[in-house]
Amino acid sequence: MRFTINGQAVEASVDLRTSLLDLLRDHLHLYGTKKGCNQGACGACTVLVDGNRINSCLALAVQYQDRAVTTVEGLAGEHGLHPLQQAFIEHDGFQCGYCTPGQLCSAIGMAAEAERGVPSAVTADLSAGPVVLDHDELRERMSGNLCRCGAYNGIVEAITQTLVTGAAE
Amino acid sequence: MSIVDTVKQAVTGAVTGAMVRLTPDAPVDPLATKHGALGRSVPRVDGPLKVGGQARFAAEVPVEGLTYAALVYSTIAHGRIVTLDTAEAVAAPGVVLVMTHENAPRMAPPAIFMSNPRAAGASDLPIMQDPSIHWNGEPVALVLADTQEQADHAASLVRVSYEAAQADLSFDQARAQAHAPDSVLGEPARIAIGDAEAALAAAPYRVDLSYRTPRHSHGAIEPHAATVLWEGDKLVVHDATQMLHATQWTLAGIFGIREEDIRILSPFVGGGFGGKGLWSHQILAIAAAKLSKRPVRIALSREGVFRVAGGRTTTGQRVALGANADGTLAALIHTGVAAMTAHNNCPEQFTFPARHLYAAGSFLLEQKVADIHMLANTFMRAPGESVGTFALETALDELAEAMALDPIELRRRIEPDKDPTSGRAFSSRHLLEAYAKGAERFGWSQRPAPRSRREGEWLVGMGVATATYPYYRMPGGSARIRLTAEGAVVQMGSHEMGMGTATAQAQHAADRLGLPLERVRFEYGDTDLPPGTIAGGSSQTVSIAAALLAAHEVLVAQLLKLAGNDSPLGGLKAAEVEARDGGLHHKEDTGRGESYASILARAGRAEVVAQAEAPRPMEVMKHSMHSYGAQFCEVRVSAVTGEVRVSRFLGSFDCGRILNPQTARSQFRGGIIMGLGLALMEETEFDERTGRIMNPSLAEYHVPVHLDVPEIDVIWTDIPDPHSPLGAHGIGEIGITGVGAAVANAIHNATGRRVRELPITLDKLL
Ligand code: FES
Ligand code: FES
Repeated sequence: MRFTINGQAVEASVDLRTSLLDLLRDHLHLYGTKKGCNQGACGACTVLVDGNRINSCLALAVQYQDRAVTTVEGLAGEHGLHPLQQAFIEHDGFQCGYCTPGQLCSAIGMAAEAERGVPSAVTADLSAGPVVLDHDELRERMSGNLCRCGAYNGIVEAITQTLVTGAAE
Repeated sequence: MSIVDTVKQAVTGAVTGAMVRLTPDAPVDPLATKHGALGRSVPRVDGPLKVGGQARFAAEVPVEGLTYAALVYSTIAHGRIVTLDTAEAVAAPGVVLVMTHENAPRMAPPAIFMSNPRAAGASDLPIMQDPSIHWNGEPVALVLADTQEQADHAASLVRVSYEAAQADLSFDQARAQAHAPDSVLGEPARIAIGDAEAALAAAPYRVDLSYRTPRHSHGAIEPHAATVLWEGDKLVVHDATQMLHATQWTLAGIFGIREEDIRILSPFVGGGFGGKGLWSHQILAIAAAKLSKRPVRIALSREGVFRVAGGRTTTGQRVALGANADGTLAALIHTGVAAMTAHNNCPEQFTFPARHLYAAGSFLLEQKVADIHMLANTFMRAPGESVGTFALETALDELAEAMALDPIELRRRIEPDKDPTSGRAFSSRHLLEAYAKGAERFGWSQRPAPRSRREGEWLVGMGVATATYPYYRMPGGSARIRLTAEGAVVQMGSHEMGMGTATAQAQHAADRLGLPLERVRFEYGDTDLPPGTIAGGSSQTVSIAAALLAAHEVLVAQLLKLAGNDSPLGGLKAAEVEARDGGLHHKEDTGRGESYASILARAGRAEVVAQAEAPRPMEVMKHSMHSYGAQFCEVRVSAVTGEVRVSRFLGSFDCGRILNPQTARSQFRGGIIMGLGLALMEETEFDERTGRIMNPSLAEYHVPVHLDVPEIDVIWTDIPDPHSPLGAHGIGEIGITGVGAAVANAIHNATGRRVRELPITLDKLL
């Protein structure tokens, strides 16, 4: 099977039952993407596929051939960390760091969804176009990413500073 | 020797009470008040690794020829295995081994926690040694295969039949036979001062209330995992643990091998909260690796975590308070029962807060345990104090209401001048100051009368409660300092589960050695380093600090000797010098000193290495040492659905000197957020008919998510404790204490409703 992970073409032959998450971790040794529950409940395994966030534990690897998969290892650019990664450090948006890769990928996908006007459970006007990520919108949309260390305040600050238009200092 | 004696001895050795009193206090640590790297918000040293996905956790160590483990769990709570059919599993593709009690290697039972200072066993039950079953979910088989998919599939093919025996599963029934534990963490299970029942009966104001708290799960996002390799007779375990050296010692006993032949590594742990100890999965993986002669990875499924790694137990508590007309307490009664098993030693010390918090004319503090056939319960963030403060602090709120007193004013009237049950002096206690600061910042004076503030469908209210957690410092840790001309490395087998250990101790080392932060490093997470103590009881920061302080004294003596008489330091004693500006200097004569680089160069040495063990924690024998806080909460409760939203929260803490404000704030917030879970949603549901945990997943065991958590404000007194290293107290656990009560009291203020059973779900408010 052929995959494109973080811009690199990779080949792997795996059991058809293998999830995208296990492909990344056990077969490609890209351990940045985390397994917290393996059943879609925690968000630790979030990756970006063609820019959209998915729970890679609920995805079969075989379905993601020829799609562009981005993991936490692919977020940094030539000049170092992605601004969101840097902001997580500055705002202490983690403690143990286990949920962090999922929070990062999820936030990037989430900001794109809001930009496209995808509504959430707390969106009042469903036809208003791009959604302004106020405190409630942002937290609602990130609620699929659990952080048992409770770094939520720092995570929200980091996302707001980096990805919310008009909020940058 | 009883557990009590063992623990006391661990703390004091042969030192008697009289000797303790006569021993002078250690001098105040000069770093307690000095501002350098300490006291600054230094970003985490492991930040770039963690945000880059480069931090390697226990299940992420690449190993050639690795096999993957899956477990099969018993489906009865008590009884025995009658038949085990593994033929189909053995024949399944990729299967390397199916291990059951029939072919598992012989292993001694784990030494149970507190039976020895280095014992780590969560229970002393033998592991997969015989057909007997002690809890629903006990592993009955382990399957090893070349991939996780193959192991999981083969595990589903193992067929087991059982013969069930009578099981004690109902907490209410078991409570009738509750008995006193040997001790409660080395303290007596019962303390009675005066005749509290009589004083209660005679008091002009009284409340006498019952509380229930459920089982809880740590819910670390990283499931328990280990990667295990035998290299000849040597065992290497990449573990997710908060007790490295204790695990090493305990495994040596289980497998009958030498401690030196075991190495445990745990550089990153994806959350612990008390749950990342030694459970059966590591032991089974080691046994399977031995049998199969292959390296093994065991990464528990989320369900597996609930089946084999225990959590907080359930309690039933009574708090009865008798007050005099002036608001002082005539009687303070806090009693109750926690569910436990016959094989473990974790009685959930919910009466501990009442032993130290408030003055009263009489006390009855007593806890018992009820034996249940369940997975061994264990320590979870502020075991006892978290659920004990829920009962005590809501009862105080009810008393204040009965007396028409402001709850903060009531606490002023019962503030003790010394420890109310031990009689010892407090080392550092500024609870009322924390209350005053918090009240002002939170706007406590705006608290409405019960059920009087409504905004649309939302009823709004405020509540407050005391937070408290003991100061512990564990004996037995050693630190090593390696000093070169470039800088220093401090080494100790300690733990980093996200508390900021490596960052705070690097800050400490920088100030202790007088070096810039970028020239020091703290190495931890490996039993090949000098022994650390467990990361538990909020003790690690000061336990490491005391060892580092001791090693530094050795280092200074060595450096003065190396410097010799040709140095500007010549003739000076250790007490006359201090470390600063990259060298040693005369304390008063600022011009007199020599840099480390120069001392080393003149002596022709590349490095100096100094190692020392921390002195015994005499400070806890001499003083009553605790941390304090005041938790302020504002809630909005829907009058239509009963839904509770926490709209504001402030924690105002008194925890000694704060070493790194940024990481400390995160620790406090993390504790408070877990407290919001305890208050409103968390419950491990135990089926009392079968003993099965019914919600073994993060979809059904609810923890607070982003939208549940408001911005949490945290402030602190920052007053150093003169009797602790660095003037500091541990802060990992106090955050969760008092939160349940602050939320419950706010809900009462909003709705007029008292809920005395956690979690406060909406059905209890309708
Ligand atoms: S591991 Fe995929 S959602 Fe938890
Ligand atoms: S940082 Fe530990 S779970 Fe989020």
